[in-house]
Amino acid sequence: MDKFIREDGLVAPLDRANVDTDQIIPKQFLKSIKRSGFGPNLFDEWRYLDEGQPGQDNSKRPLNKEFVLNQPRYQGASILLARRNFGCGSSREHAPWALLDFGFRAIIAPSFADIFFNNCFKNGVLPIVVSEEVADELFKAVQANEGYRLTVDLAEQKIIRPDGAAIDFEIDAFRKHCLLNGLDDIGLTLQDADAIREYEKGRQQREPWVFID
Amino acid sequence: MARTLYDKLWDAHLVKQRDDGSALIYIDRQIIHEVTSPQAFEGLRLANRQPWRVGSNFATLDHNVPTTPFKNASEIEDETSRIQVQTLEDNTRAFGIREFGIGDVRQGIVHVMAPEQGAVVPGMTVVCGDSHTSTNGALACLAHGIGTSEVEHVLATQCLVAKKMKNMLIRVEGELGAGVTAKDVVLHIIGVIGTAGGNGHAMEFAGSAIRSLSMEGRMTICNMSIEAGARAGMVAVDDITIDYVKDRPFAPKGADWDAAVEYWRTLVSDAGAKFDTVVEINAADIKPQVSWGTSPEMVLPVDATLPIPEQENDAVKRSGMERAYQYMGLTPGMKITDIKVDRVFIGSCTNSRIEDLRAAAVVAKGRKKADSVKQVLVVPGSGLVKQQAEAEGLDRIFVEAGFEWREPGCSMCLAMNPDKLMPGEHCASTSNRNFEGRQGNGGRTHLVSPAMAAAAAVAGHFVDIRELESREL
Repeated sequence: MDKFIREDGLVAPLDRANVDTDQIIPKQFLKSIKRSGFGPNLFDEWRYLDEGQPGQDNSKRPLNKEFVLNQPRYQGASILLARRNFGCGSSREHAPWALLDFGFRAIIAPSFADIFFNNCFKNGVLPIVVSEEVADELFKAVQANEGYRLTVDLAEQKIIRPDGAAIDFEIDAFRKHCLLNGLDDIGLTLQDADAIREYEKGRQQREPWVFID
Repeated sequence: MARTLYDKLWDAHLVKQRDDGSALIYIDRQIIHEVTSPQAFEGLRLANRQPWRVGSNFATLDHNVPTTPFKNASEIEDETSRIQVQTLEDNTRAFGIREFGIGDVRQGIVHVMAPEQGAVVPGMTVVCGDSHTSTNGALACLAHGIGTSEVEHVLATQCLVAKKMKNMLIRVEGELGAGVTAKDVVLHIIGVIGTAGGNGHAMEFAGSAIRSLSMEGRMTICNMSIEAGARAGMVAVDDITIDYVKDRPFAPKGADWDAAVEYWRTLVSDAGAKFDTVVEINAADIKPQVSWGTSPEMVLPVDATLPIPEQENDAVKRSGMERAYQYMGLTPGMKITDIKVDRVFIGSCTNSRIEDLRAAAVVAKGRKKADSVKQVLVVPGSGLVKQQAEAEGLDRIFVEAGFEWREPGCSMCLAMNPDKLMPGEHCASTSNRNFEGRQGNGGRTHLVSPAMAAAAAVAGHFVDIRELESREL
């Protein structure tokens, strides 16, 4: 996993609530057995005018010019500004894989669905919760100012606006540590292998029926 | 100190509390399917790791499989689906994981198969790379969906890194009216608290209306806790739970059974246990439900008219409604019963168990699919559900009504296999999500109970099941 320390990037606004993971990456693309290559199909049903299929040459497909990520001013964006309950629905990790593959490193929204939120941290994508009021202000600022950029400083837990004003955000200490260092969870957990074995012994005595071969 | 059911499940699985607030939680069961596991197995291989406790895993095929008869993976026409199915077969064989594959009568939708096999019993922690893992919480388990990185993590360590969620209680008191099912209860709950209502919470369903439900009904409710924002839904243990688990193939037997039952009886929230959020619902207020929009919270009683966006004060919600109207091709103020349906889908991890099929068959019996309805799919949740339904003659009732009787799988709930809606088609569906494109690009989903779906198939539009003459099987 790539480290996340600081991201200075162009902001793209996705002004709708309850964006679900079926929208982020439609089901036909889940048939891949890889972790990469989902970016061209991020928001497929909104981005293109035809129905996408795996293995297509996406550069030849008709684009929906209205869709925000197709607008010239948002090309190269690495911070996504979204509305409440972003990432609801299916647990597919293909959603953060697609966002990352497209180039997004941070997502700012008033709230996230739990599973999606969790999945982001496993992939070096930082989901940031801000208040509804702050989200509203940011939407207004992005729409009013072409080329609007933000800096996300994870160590300081701040979103820094172009005028230097900062918005503080919260993050779990463990998740912050993993992101800052690009750490693989499994290796960390296996450092506690003895504790896991000890726990298993106790459970095997209390609930032997759980432990089938 | 008085504890909730969730508190007890959490405490019983806590391996280590870390100083930074996170914890290691032991996972008793992992259920595996073909879509969210290939990258996890690949990760194990790359790191040269083996499953920590191979017997804790149960695999089956569901998302991609065709619902027309076939004998082995090579007969799956869609190449990408075929590769994914074969990849699971290869991976389970290579790592020695138990799999109920093609041609095995136990094959079926993960969340139908696991309780049916007794692979999941009360008191367990259960995960699967599928958000509807919450279904298994009906057996008083801590069960929730995880992403593929966590699938790999559980395979390698038998643990998850987690943080304790908040406790939410949804209490439904009273008697459910005629024609009102578990599906209507959970759709009503989502309508009340919204799709983000349960975010950050483990949700316990309680009250006399929940206790009166069968295990199948409780599974329907826990299944959709994720649509109410809660990763995990659960119901406390009672006689109905224990009767359901008894004699299932992987359930404890003999002296183990007696010890298990004694422990399972403690899996209830203590009197006076503290919940962070409590929602009280009066069962008598619940009518048969139909979703009209593109989020499960856009749901109404069948006798309602569609909402007027201008009357919504929340700007974000209002624009969501306007977008939903545009996508669904419906008009504000119209009656729900005036919405015509093109296809009907009876199935999914929400409603494909035997009780669901019986409820649909009661309505279908002696009636015919409306000519205007292009297709009615009935897809049992597993090979065993199919067998049981056929033993009861339900398949003949469906076929005589002009419905199609299919092989088990996820089917048109998410349209990863050939069962799909065409653009613009309206579908009465017993599944769980009415998201844009969920059942096929441009398809328009209306979430309903099995009886309501069958009634819509017969009438060609939504009808109030309470007004239909009731029959017996």
